[in-house]
Amino acid sequence: MKCTEFLKELTDYLDGKISDNLRIELDEHLHWCHECHVVMNTTQKTIEIYRDNKLYELPEDLRNRLHQAIMNKCRDSKSGKKSTH
Amino acid sequence: METIQKKAEEGITSELALVQAAKKGDLEAFSELVRRYDRNVFRIAQHITHNEEDAQDVVQDAFLKAYQNLEQFQGNSKFYTWLVRIAVNEALMRLRKRRNDRTVSLDEDVETEDGSIPREVADWAPNPEQNYGTSELGDILKKTIQGLSPGFRTVFVLRDVEGMSTEETAEMLGLSVPAVKSRLLRARLQLRERLAKYFKSQKGGDGQR
Ligand SMILES: [Zn+2]
Repeated sequence: MKCTEFLKELTDYLDGKISDNLRIELDEHLHWCHECHVVMNTTQKTIEIYRDNKLYELPEDLRNRLHQAIMNKCRDSKSGKKSTH
Repeated sequence: METIQKKAEEGITSELALVQAAKKGDLEAFSELVRRYDRNVFRIAQHITHNEEDAQDVVQDAFLKAYQNLEQFQGNSKFYTWLVRIAVNEALMRLRKRRNDRTVSLDEDVETEDGSIPREVADWAPNPEQNYGTSELGDILKKTIQGLSPGFRTVFVLRDVEGMSTEETAEMLGLSVPAVKSRLLRARLQLRERLAKYFKSQKGGDGQR
């Protein structure tokens, strides 16, 4: 297996969505190819870092303000609809 | 009118029951749906627009549109899937306005080979994120993901940050499953390549570079 072929399967490999046969081939490639091993590990780490450090949490006070605004708009749109009928 | 809210224990009311109640005009049920998903919608909108003001508008407009078009929601997919699809379209629209570029889309840059072939193959330090403070790390992660094109970063966020399946992501974005897969691989590799600058092992020792 070539590195480019390994790379093509990387996403499915990391997601564990791969047949046993293909997994054995990929593992064998990883065994002797240091570069793909590093790419695989650091890609895994990239995913973990983004998953574990969620960016853009909604602050609670802003959340409440948005919620209020949304519900007001929904209420208005409903009464608006009724009055036009 | 009888509402399902009273019958169900708090928090366990199914999404479908809430949607059905909201369709019949139960505003409380819709309010519960907003509370369930507002954080996710905000996060997705921020990642697409890079602009907090726009993200706030997207949250409001997406929920309002969902409410106004609830009749059209067939229940073939999950409400959340449908909602995110609305939010993504709103977010892309704002991004187009902000950039004054009507061509901004999920298809941008898909033809480029950037990052498809790894150039950076030095190993990273163990737990490299621990070398940075929380806010510094947050800045690095934001800056890095913002450098990706909208299609790539949106697929990455839905799939790897929000934990959606490939099929759900495809439905949310109106893309095919193979298109989601190829964007995901490219997004992951591009992020990896760009993060290496910060996370590479510093102790080369044996003469790395
Ligand atoms: Zn290799």
